[in-house]
Amino acid sequence: MKTDPKGVLVGSHYLSGNHACAEGALSAGCRFLSVYPIMPALEVSERFLARAKEVGATFIQMEDEISTLAAVLGASWTGKKSMTVTSGPGLSLMMENLGLGVMLETPCVIVDIQSVGPGLGLPNRPSQGDMMQARWGSHGDYEIIALAPSSPQEMFDFTIKAFNLSEHYRVPVAVMSDEYVAHLKEKVVIPPANKIEIEPRRYYEGPKDSYLPFKRDEDLVPRMVDIGEGYKFHVTGLTHDDRGYPIMNEECQEYNVHPLVWKIRNYVDNIIEVQEVHVEDAEVIIISYGATSRAALKAMEQARNSGIKVGSLKLDTVWPFPEKRVAELAKKVKAFAVPEMNFGQIVLEVERCSYGNANVFFVHHGEKGVENTDNILSAVKQAAQQNSVKDGIIECE
Amino acid sequence: MAEIRFAGYGGQGIIKSGIIAGKAASIYDNKFSTMSQSFGPEARGGACSSQLVVSESKVLYPYVTKSDVLVAMSQEGYNKFESELSEEGILLIDEDLVKHKPPRGKIKIYSIPTTRFAEQLGRKIVSNVVMLGFFTAVTNIVSYEAMKKALPGSVPEKALDLNMKAFEKGYEYGKQKVKIK
Repeated sequence: MKTDPKGVLVGSHYLSGNHACAEGALSAGCRFLSVYPIMPALEVSERFLARAKEVGATFIQMEDEISTLAAVLGASWTGKKSMTVTSGPGLSLMMENLGLGVMLETPCVIVDIQSVGPGLGLPNRPSQGDMMQARWGSHGDYEIIALAPSSPQEMFDFTIKAFNLSEHYRVPVAVMSDEYVAHLKEKVVIPPANKIEIEPRRYYEGPKDSYLPFKRDEDLVPRMVDIGEGYKFHVTGLTHDDRGYPIMNEECQEYNVHPLVWKIRNYVDNIIEVQEVHVEDAEVIIISYGATSRAALKAMEQARNSGIKVGSLKLDTVWPFPEKRVAELAKKVKAFAVPEMNFGQIVLEVERCSYGNANVFFVHHGEKGVENTDNILSAVKQAAQQNSVKDGIIECE
Repeated sequence: MAEIRFAGYGGQGIIKSGIIAGKAASIYDNKFSTMSQSFGPEARGGACSSQLVVSESKVLYPYVTKSDVLVAMSQEGYNKFESELSEEGILLIDEDLVKHKPPRGKIKIYSIPTTRFAEQLGRKIVSNVVMLGFFTAVTNIVSYEAMKKALPGSVPEKALDLNMKAFEKGYEYGKQKVKIK
């Protein structure tokens, strides 16, 4: 494999989602990967490891997923773009340090290749069962960013995007993939390094002795330094002041912890990205993300061929949830159909953001993943016939 | 659009066949292709399959629903996926490993002793590449040139010559078979 000086494997390649993810990370400048091995996420490490020496990256296998994410946070503070990759059981163990990463405002990327749970479940089958966990899994109030790729190309693109967002907002960013996308192989086009948009770390540039690690900029994001470079530095998971020292009162909580929420919420319009197809004249819109959107687009095509006006809203960004757009569309359509490889997670958000203006049909896409589109199609047909808005979510078989 | 199913048992290079044909189609023939595979214990010894969708436009939906081509390298693979094959489909089999039923509808059957040919070439392991050559000649879904370009980098470098020979062997045999039919 020949790469350019920045470690970008320029050209067209036939890659699995997992390998594309590793290439995305390397192209984004990620030089530290810490993992505890788990299927179906392993090939990301495999690829990263195969390329690590050439690009001067570090790979470390820790004793479990708790320390794995701890290592990622530490590496990030030394100035390395850092990532970990796991599946559901590992994500559960990471929840404690995810909260710490949010509290310490540490840029990093967590890739979750979702498989069927709970427990160890079916490590060889896809699921979207961790979507709510990514949002709410750690304790306390916070905001998080999560992206959902649906193809190897998006695994590449969204991994880069995840690094950019995490650097800009100083928050851990989750790439919520699944076994299906992880093992799918398709053409991935990797552009030259100068065509890839990279968000540089937002470094502090003032005098050394007046650095305050949690002093916020106007957009509420504090500036970073690399630890070990002679700056005064302190971090704690406790509520802290600008210096990073614990201050145990409500005022400090308001002053320094509430912005963890606002630094994201104030900028949702800059963060959220969706892909819309045929929404202009749609009576029914299929809202999907990740692997399921492949089946959604096919179902849309089938429905259009049989004369039903169906559109598609694909959520590239799942968290923060595109609530404004869903609310707008709810006023224009009869119904939303939401297929998910779980028992109903993002559909709860769709229902909430519809404010009773549109019916919401939930399509349970089980362990067979996106293997057929019949259930989406029948939900869409049912939805198109329904003329009054019913309470709650309508479950489809 | 063509939906292709490669079926056999783990170790035969069934997944690799999907990758090489998929790579040839999308990188060297400039078409679109999506390859997915059985993943898990079944891929390591038991029945194993890979699915490849090749299309002139972007592949929305990557699973095989009704296959146009079934490449069966084992009896179990044939038994499992025969019913999925379209009535106008093409069935390719290793004739020493698969016994087929009388064909349904207009299904065309092409058989080749891939494993025997591979053994004659020196190594049984290249039987999947013999089959890929045969597949290329019979189906015309992926071009000969693209397949030849996709092999380097997809097989171990030191075995490239052997794989190229295996591919040619299958391709030539396929060309003859097509002529006869």
